[in-house]
Amino acid sequence: MDLSKDLVAASATPLVLAILAEGDSYGYAIIKRVAELSGGHLQWTDGMLYPVLHRLERLDLVAAKWSASENGRRRKYYRITKEGRAQLAAQRQQWKAVDSTLRGIWMKACTV
Amino acid sequence: MTTFADRPLEEQIAQWRAYVSRRQALHGPDVEELEGHLRDQLVALTEAGLTGDEAFLVAVKRMGSLDALSREFAREHSERLWKQLVMAPDADESAATAPAEMPVVLGLAIAAALAVKVPALFGHPINPHDELPLFYARNASLFAFPLLAIYFLWKRGSNVVSGLWLALPFAAGGVFANVFPFPTKSDTAVLTVLHLPIALWIAVGVAYVRGRWFADGGRMNFVRFSGELAIYYVLIALGGFVVILFTFMMFRAIDMNPDWFVVGWLIPCGAAGAVIIGSWLVEAKQSVIENMAPVLTRLFTPLFTLLLLAFLVTMAWTGSPINVKREVLIGFDLLLAVVVGLVLYAASARDPQAPPDFFDRLQLLLVVSALVVDGVALWAIAARISEFGFTANRVAALGENLILLVNLAWTAWLYASFLGRRGSFAVLERWQIAYLPVYSVWAALVVVIFPPVFGYR
Repeated sequence: MDLSKDLVAASATPLVLAILAEGDSYGYAIIKRVAELSGGHLQWTDGMLYPVLHRLERLDLVAAKWSASENGRRRKYYRITKEGRAQLAAQRQQWKAVDSTLRGIWMKACTV
Repeated sequence: MTTFADRPLEEQIAQWRAYVSRRQALHGPDVEELEGHLRDQLVALTEAGLTGDEAFLVAVKRMGSLDALSREFAREHSERLWKQLVMAPDADESAATAPAEMPVVLGLAIAAALAVKVPALFGHPINPHDELPLFYARNASLFAFPLLAIYFLWKRGSNVVSGLWLALPFAAGGVFANVFPFPTKSDTAVLTVLHLPIALWIAVGVAYVRGRWFADGGRMNFVRFSGELAIYYVLIALGGFVVILFTFMMFRAIDMNPDWFVVGWLIPCGAAGAVIIGSWLVEAKQSVIENMAPVLTRLFTPLFTLLLLAFLVTMAWTGSPINVKREVLIGFDLLLAVVVGLVLYAASARDPQAPPDFFDRLQLLLVVSALVVDGVALWAIAARISEFGFTANRVAALGENLILLVNLAWTAWLYASFLGRRGSFAVLERWQIAYLPVYSVWAALVVVIFPPVFGYR
């Protein structure tokens, strides 16, 4: 099962923020975490994560810092900010609302 | 650094990097970030047992289409050069608004052109054989700016209430430009002519940013817009000049004198309409010459730095003092304004996250040498100020000098701490943007307070 493009795009922000809320991370690790969490259902084109991260950075939802990685190369690490956490909480409410609405109608469909 | 023992793989990565670097929407650090990703992916894949070639193919494939990627980057970093080259295939957004926009723009441009002719109905004719009445110069900004504000209100879909608030500054400008009993040859009237547009431009700015003056990036975009509009306006004016030359040449060839048309209609109406048309061009063709102002900045920053340094060295060498004449103070005001403009437009095109480079050092040198030159000039003027006495012109010029001096002094300080890695460039950008209203407030003061204080002379 592959998710539609729109759904992938819509879920990108809360997913990235939620992963960063677990701890600071960088692009490659975030992609790996997404694949792990979704059991492979959510396949992102790897490159597309970076524009999303840069947009979140511009909106001050995440902060970025270049520092050395374990392999000696420079790597850009992202950290969630206070505004990012607030945004994550708001998005969570919205997704909950969508989820419970859909659940409601599907449950009814099952019982009929 | 993880270099792969596999030499061909390193070569492939280098080729990929070179290929990606050619994308104009992708800058150095982005490429570095993407390359880091590619390498992480390659390590994982080779550890899973793939050969170098196979791993490279899979990793590049997973990275996705570079066209789509650079389009996303261009969308996100709209300040970057020549985004139309990557945006072109995806122009449907702008196409959706285009049909409706054209009539509105033309209507507003014609309205601006006709607005210039309205005063002629009420006893302010433009006579081709006389000097232009000062009435027109005093009200110049009132013909086009309100219509420009309406254009932006319409384009940004702002509501009517905020539009009514914006009518206030223009109405106030109309009142203060016309209620004072200026005698002929009045200095304060000329000051009004020069300052009213600066005071009202910020009202256009508020319409431009949709009333959200403090929201992200809006003011900097307005600064960019202003610079591009100035460039477009000069281009349109050059074209207009050619039209005028041909008008004269052709009608004189059949013994007609087109004076009344050129002076009474073509020049004033064209000048007003061109503000709207120029603004629309900047908006519509944003992507084409978007970065003209920053390019000119890059070109002229070294030249002005050299000029200022040469001036200082010559003055120190020969010891000749600045010859204080009437225009000197205004001349140095203009010099500072040019330097502030160079700093502002350099900042508008700069990636605030980038580390300091050679150009930043050059900017600091420019600002510091401008400060020194202005300090010397002010010293010379102050020494003779008692001889001059205070007139409206001198107070206005001194005030402007002070405002620009404060801006540049703090700019120099922020630049120094940025170059010393004690501060970020974003602080400097914020300072420049936060300072914008100061110019307008001072200009408004000159328009409102100076005439009565100096007895309208």
